[in-house]
Amino acid sequence: MDRRQFIQAGGVAALSCSSISTAFGQDKTPIKVGILHSLSGTMAISETALKETALMTIADINAKGGVMGRMLEPVVVDPASNWPLFAEKARQLLTQDKVSVVFGCWTSVSRKSVLPVFKELNGLLFYPVQYEGEELERNVFYTGAAPNQQAIPATEYLMSKEGGAAKRFFLLGTDYVYPRTTNKILRAFLKSKGVSEKDIEEVYTPFGHSDYQTIVANIKKFASGGKTCVISTINGDSNVPFYKELGNAGLKAKDVPVVAFSVGEEELRGVDTKPLVGHLAAWNYFMSLKNPQNDAFIKMYKDWAVKQKMPNADKVVTNDPMEATYVGIHMWKQAVEKAKSVEVDKVIPAVAGQQFAAPSGYTIKMDETNHHLWKPVFIGEIRADGQFNVVWKSKGPVRAQPWSPFIPGNEKKPNSPV
Amino acid sequence: MLLHFLRALACVLALIAAPAWAALDPSLVAQLGAEDSDARVEAIRKLVATEDPRVVEILKALDGDALALIDSGKRAVVVADGKLSDAATGQPAGAAPANLETIVINNRIRGEVGAALAALRLGSSDRAERLAAAKELQGSDNEDALPILERAMAKEADPEIKSILALASASLALKSSEPELRARAARALAASNDPQVRQLLATMLTKQKDGSYNEPDETVRAAAQASLAEINARLRTTEIGLALFSGISLGSILLLAALGLAITYGLMGIINMAHGEFLMIGAYATYVVQGLFRTHFPGAFDWYVVAALPVAFAVTAAVGMALERGVLRWLYGRPLETLLTTWGVSLLLIQASRMIFGAQNVEVENPGWLSGGFVLGGGYVLPFNRIVIVLFALAVLAAVWLVINRTRMGLFVRGVTQNRAMASCTGVPTNRVDMLTFGLGSGVAGLGGVALSQIGNVGPDLGQSYIVDSFMVVVLGGVGQLAGTVIAAFGLGSIAKFLEPWSGAVLAKIMVLVFIILFIQKRPQGLFALKGRSAEA
Repeated sequence: MDRRQFIQAGGVAALSCSSISTAFGQDKTPIKVGILHSLSGTMAISETALKETALMTIADINAKGGVMGRMLEPVVVDPASNWPLFAEKARQLLTQDKVSVVFGCWTSVSRKSVLPVFKELNGLLFYPVQYEGEELERNVFYTGAAPNQQAIPATEYLMSKEGGAAKRFFLLGTDYVYPRTTNKILRAFLKSKGVSEKDIEEVYTPFGHSDYQTIVANIKKFASGGKTCVISTINGDSNVPFYKELGNAGLKAKDVPVVAFSVGEEELRGVDTKPLVGHLAAWNYFMSLKNPQNDAFIKMYKDWAVKQKMPNADKVVTNDPMEATYVGIHMWKQAVEKAKSVEVDKVIPAVAGQQFAAPSGYTIKMDETNHHLWKPVFIGEIRADGQFNVVWKSKGPVRAQPWSPFIPGNEKKPNSPV
Repeated sequence: MLLHFLRALACVLALIAAPAWAALDPSLVAQLGAEDSDARVEAIRKLVATEDPRVVEILKALDGDALALIDSGKRAVVVADGKLSDAATGQPAGAAPANLETIVINNRIRGEVGAALAALRLGSSDRAERLAAAKELQGSDNEDALPILERAMAKEADPEIKSILALASASLALKSSEPELRARAARALAASNDPQVRQLLATMLTKQKDGSYNEPDETVRAAAQASLAEINARLRTTEIGLALFSGISLGSILLLAALGLAITYGLMGIINMAHGEFLMIGAYATYVVQGLFRTHFPGAFDWYVVAALPVAFAVTAAVGMALERGVLRWLYGRPLETLLTTWGVSLLLIQASRMIFGAQNVEVENPGWLSGGFVLGGGYVLPFNRIVIVLFALAVLAAVWLVINRTRMGLFVRGVTQNRAMASCTGVPTNRVDMLTFGLGSGVAGLGGVALSQIGNVGPDLGQSYIVDSFMVVVLGGVGQLAGTVIAAFGLGSIAKFLEPWSGAVLAKIMVLVFIILFIQKRPQGLFALKGRSAEA
């Protein structure tokens, strides 16, 4: 069944439902749900999987009776990795399609470009990707990690004896808002831990940079001054050439570990991981976690991939933003059921405090005030098969700090939308 | 001192007890799976000190995710092919239960296991294995391995291995409690090229949080400082050589990406915005050939790249010729329409590959002979894949030059380029020549795609990141000139790589673009220009 047939079938089912239900005077019309992910352009590599996850979750909810007896009807649009187009498509979803909620966006710049639209039209957005924080909007729920749920614990781990007791830090990122802000926070954090300025090196590359020879040579040179680790916020396609260069230059994880915040199972599919064993990633979910929720989640996605005839369906993987999408949709569903309405103004207060048994193995909660999830933090080492071994985890879910205490001026900002 | 004495005693005891190794302490082996990493490290070090031959097997299992604990953590077993064997004795222990979880190790333990295995391999009769083991031990801080090292040194006849072992034991001696020994070790380490040693020496010279140096003794610090300076001076030439090599390597990649364009744009004057997508098709052809080799000829897997070359050339040349016959030939002499049409074709090809292979990147594995590199000392490496790509770029260049300048077909191409009407009058089938030339240019791009698949992403967007660079190279080099393309490619590569350490990658890219703009202002025809009447055509 392809998407169109699926939507048609959903529509037919919903229509027949509505004709029956008028007899009971209950609303059985389908609820429209927007999905705003790039299906073409540079971000398609990451965002296509999120669209699939959202469709899968919606189909699963529909198969189990929908929300308050109403079916969900997904409306998929393609903003084509074009930031202004994100805003246009968001406006179209809210005004023409009149969706009740939108799940979407990946890069921070795309989120920033749709924000004014959601505020103006009082829409509701669930944003599923780890980001730099420094934002708290009434119309948005953030199901990805804030810096204190990913970057800070990972850096602390590398400084510990277990993580190799790193003394020098090479901060490497793609040149845009997320890496720059994260590195600003990390720099302040490292200084608070007594790391001196000369032991921190910050390097940026353009989007799509593919020649990492000089940078890898510089990492080696920097590492000769003491135990070094690399903190990578390289985003998108550039990761493959970077890791290939690392492998070929013989930079082993036990000498200079690299921890990445944007590299997960999906990104490693394009890489031969044998030379990368031991390099790290910090996330709030790994596919290799063993618990019943995760087993069910992985099986559901694998079955979905086969059913949708996705290319390489036998090799699909799940990752952190996919889990965050799945959790986000369920949080919204529970909130709608609590509010007994899909009206944005009624749903927003109902989302606060919702709990859900997530594939990460924890029952995680939407914070009562700050629109962010409490999330467990995992640090994983890359295995030869492209999966991760968890080598450290937080003691239970951690509350998000959207306003990082390491950025001056944040102390006075309230922990709830204004 | 007492510790050292005890350690020596333990070794002697271990040696005396050697013939009776039959029994490794099972609880010590089980300690490898302890919760606490310190306990695991202790277990590894103690196991190495026993020098029991089974230890190698146990540690290899631990390294390869094949060691597990059973009987509520009291007994360690090795898992192989669904069967268990007791780690301490090697006796079979039945079939593996379905949900058995092997012991997970982190980088710290992995490093420790590596050093331990190296120490145990020092007794090997194979010279290469001993050499590799000695290299691995440089910069290790496992003092328990010192006696093994010293005994191996006494036995070792090979001067190269012996000198490496001497350096390894010197780096261990840096931990000695006597300043005299430490100073001697620091002086001896001046001969080392190992990056770990540089790290050890540099750490001695840094201050702790309370302001005191990590190395309390001043004479030792002076010795370490002198050694470090000596090592750095020696490595400076290597570093410059490496920068030069990265420039050439980047240049060779630019050349491979641009050479096809130099033919289609330079010789034929077609602005082909879909050129990048021919690179992508070449890379995907490599991926498909890799898949075929993996399923049909796993034995010859290492050579799939070679087999991919003709395939990639044929496929991209075919696509190119189809494009020329189907679309471009109706648009000759209308550059603006050509530009827009080929841009549309490029979008079509990107979306088509996304539908066939998926939006995600696909994995193209480097074969064994393209992995790793040539070690220069000081931890610097010349990766084999880059060396091969430089040579490959030169080979492709030579082939294209031969075709254009030494074959009948090349003569036709040059004739048609210079004066189409006249060539047609003398009986040259200009239509056929156009098609074949475009096919050649596309095929060369396909070859470039094979090379690119070995260093970067293989995904639908692969071509997008090279198209601008390719046009830059061709325009800078001068339209219609192979020599110009070559010089422009290597020149831009080297400039970018020499600017990068000073300015960072982002600024380096901007500076190169500014340079090209200024250059084209001054010399619109590029580095080399065609001379004579044909130049105006």
